[in-house]
Amino acid sequence: MMKTIVMPGNPSCQGCPHAIGLKALGLALEDFVLVIPAGCSTIIAGIHPKATLNVPVLHVPFASAPAVAAGISAAFKRENKKKNVVIWMGDGGADIGFATISGSAVRNDDIIVIVSDNEAYMNTGIQASGTTFWKAKTTTSPAGKREDRKDLAAIMLMHRVPYVATASVGYMNDFIKKLEKVKSIKGFRFIHLHSPCPPGWRFDSSKTVEIARMAVKCGAWILWEFDGKFNLSPASKPYKDKNKRKDLKDYLKMQGRFKGLSENEILEIEKAIDKQWKYIECFENI
Amino acid sequence: MKTIMTGNQAVAEAVKLSRTEVIAAYPITPQTVIVEKLAEMVDSGELDAEFIRVESEHSALASVYGSAVAGKRSFTATSSHGLLYMYEMVWWVANARVPLVMAVVTRTIGPPWNIHTDHTDILTMRDSGWIISMAENVQEAFDLTLQGFKISEELNLPFTAGMDAFQLSHTSEVVEILDQETADSFLPERRQCYVFGEENTTIGSLAPNECTAKLRKDTFETMLKADKTIDKVSKEYEEITGRNCGLIEEYRIDDAEYAVVMMGAWSGDAKDAIDELRKEGIPIGLLKLRYIRPIPQKRIEKVLEGREILVLDRDCSMGLGGIIGTELKSFMDDITNVIAGIGGVDVGVNELTKLFRKFSEDKLKDEVIFLEVI
Amino acid sequence: MQPIDCLISTPDKGSAGKTGLWRTYKPIVDEKKCNSCMVCWLYCPENVITEGEKCIEIDYEYCKGCGICCEVCAKKAIKMVLEE
Repeated sequence: MMKTIVMPGNPSCQGCPHAIGLKALGLALEDFVLVIPAGCSTIIAGIHPKATLNVPVLHVPFASAPAVAAGISAAFKRENKKKNVVIWMGDGGADIGFATISGSAVRNDDIIVIVSDNEAYMNTGIQASGTTFWKAKTTTSPAGKREDRKDLAAIMLMHRVPYVATASVGYMNDFIKKLEKVKSIKGFRFIHLHSPCPPGWRFDSSKTVEIARMAVKCGAWILWEFDGKFNLSPASKPYKDKNKRKDLKDYLKMQGRFKGLSENEILEIEKAIDKQWKYIECFENI
Repeated sequence: MKTIMTGNQAVAEAVKLSRTEVIAAYPITPQTVIVEKLAEMVDSGELDAEFIRVESEHSALASVYGSAVAGKRSFTATSSHGLLYMYEMVWWVANARVPLVMAVVTRTIGPPWNIHTDHTDILTMRDSGWIISMAENVQEAFDLTLQGFKISEELNLPFTAGMDAFQLSHTSEVVEILDQETADSFLPERRQCYVFGEENTTIGSLAPNECTAKLRKDTFETMLKADKTIDKVSKEYEEITGRNCGLIEEYRIDDAEYAVVMMGAWSGDAKDAIDELRKEGIPIGLLKLRYIRPIPQKRIEKVLEGREILVLDRDCSMGLGGIIGTELKSFMDDITNVIAGIGGVDVGVNELTKLFRKFSEDKLKDEVIFLEVI
Repeated sequence: MQPIDCLISTPDKGSAGKTGLWRTYKPIVDEKKCNSCMVCWLYCPENVITEGEKCIEIDYEYCKGCGICCEVCAKKAIKMVLEE
């Protein structure tokens, strides 16, 4: 039985994707420390005196994680310590701390940054973030999000770092494979992990994995990897062909945050997804 | 070895001698030269350390927090707006009880944009648990920075070495620096109360309210006793160098009827002003504060007992008074508090002589006086 | 106990208490259908599934009853049953 680092009875909600994703770290990376900025994972990591994760964990202020990780990495380098420094943060941390992530990438800090994206500021009660899905209802976008969303992984790709990938908690084997690859790469490594949130997206806790898979199958979430060469991941390859994609409506109707979307709005989302695939085509030709 | 250096260079030299292993700093006038000098030293191999080129001050303190909590002697420097930008981390580092040293080149806060000195920036740190020191000259800037590493590691509290913008940071003075061997004998290997990364523990989790109360009380009590540690370290340093950089300095105060209390570079000019007035037979002296945290209340009380007191602040707390004046008023009576030199307005020997003379003639009647210019 | 210990937590089960109490539905395993493929173990957010002798076993003290194991099981060997 492979070692799992997540202790049962932790504060995560029923069906929480972070808890699933964190498990992958323990399965793939051997020797590592974790840096956690403010977010759901701050709570999931345990309430004193009990800790949830059986690895060294450092809680840090919201916007600071990549900078703190850079410091830890420098300290490890001084001692020739081979431990990986991993940040587990949310899309919220990637908004408030965007300059910090960018600065770290520019320095090519020897760290692994995982943004476990549940598409809103969940820990503070579901407010819209930079990656919130098109038209999604949150407490700060009660009529549905009007703005476009930022493509975090693509932005990090443009920082020209050694490794950028997207992953999903619905495809654990793919995520674990990617982690196993980054384990021994030197420099700034970035993984954007799709993490459907039952209370935030309004679906039954049993559907987390199914919804994560639906996102990939209807083309809304695209699995890819850049390690010097850009490649679509096997699970997303079929959906390059629009005809093979599952019906977007099937994805949207499973989630209460899209309740009441009009036909027109669904068409707009489809167009946005199509545009996203156009970028992928560009990246494939780099 | 005696040499000529600016305050910025002297701080960089002290950091090098301390065998600091990780440095992260973001440039801001007038601290920039510290960053540049250290980058030069690392690149040339003169200093064996990691230099993290951060993109902001918040990240500067965050980075050295990371390296410090992971066990390495670490250093950063900033001023004014940079200090305010990293303010969240200032509190986090102290609350985390992580020893490290930061130089603050005191600079006024805008708007309007102004790169000159006053002390309001460094004093924003005073409630946080940081040890806060302020140099009078380049020699003290060097001495305090070096001692800061030892003091910080003994107290498990971060240490600030303050110095005035341009007057110290960019002014060349004669400095006696230590050689590496002497510095090594003074500064032992780094120690801290916990190190991150060795054990499978989680640091800083959400905790019951009592935990926060317990930790803050511990910091409070540490600060109450910190004067003893600073005494001890400054005595050790004095034995090696012949120079004492303790909590306070008394200048011609034994027989003084009038006592001035202040901190920073202008204390040097104050000493000259006092010498002038003494020539005329005016019984005036100076109590210079080298540390504002901890503030040695009993010691200050003892030195100032029975004398007329003028506290000269290069900072202010709006509507209340100078910050140092207000602090002293909390444990002593009958204090005249003058605020001057704000925004770097020039206050030299002539201005101080004029002010101190008025003071000695009992002409400063109001309790708080804000002087744009003297 | 030193004050600094307030900053340091150690890994243990039940940081949020006996989370088995959160359940409304309980996952029941049909040992005849379960082939111990461990996919449920991979996707269990609570890490309460272990490999037993005949089939998977669930630590009901902490299982929150989210139902993901039931959904991902290829053999449909797990049923969510309303707990009394």
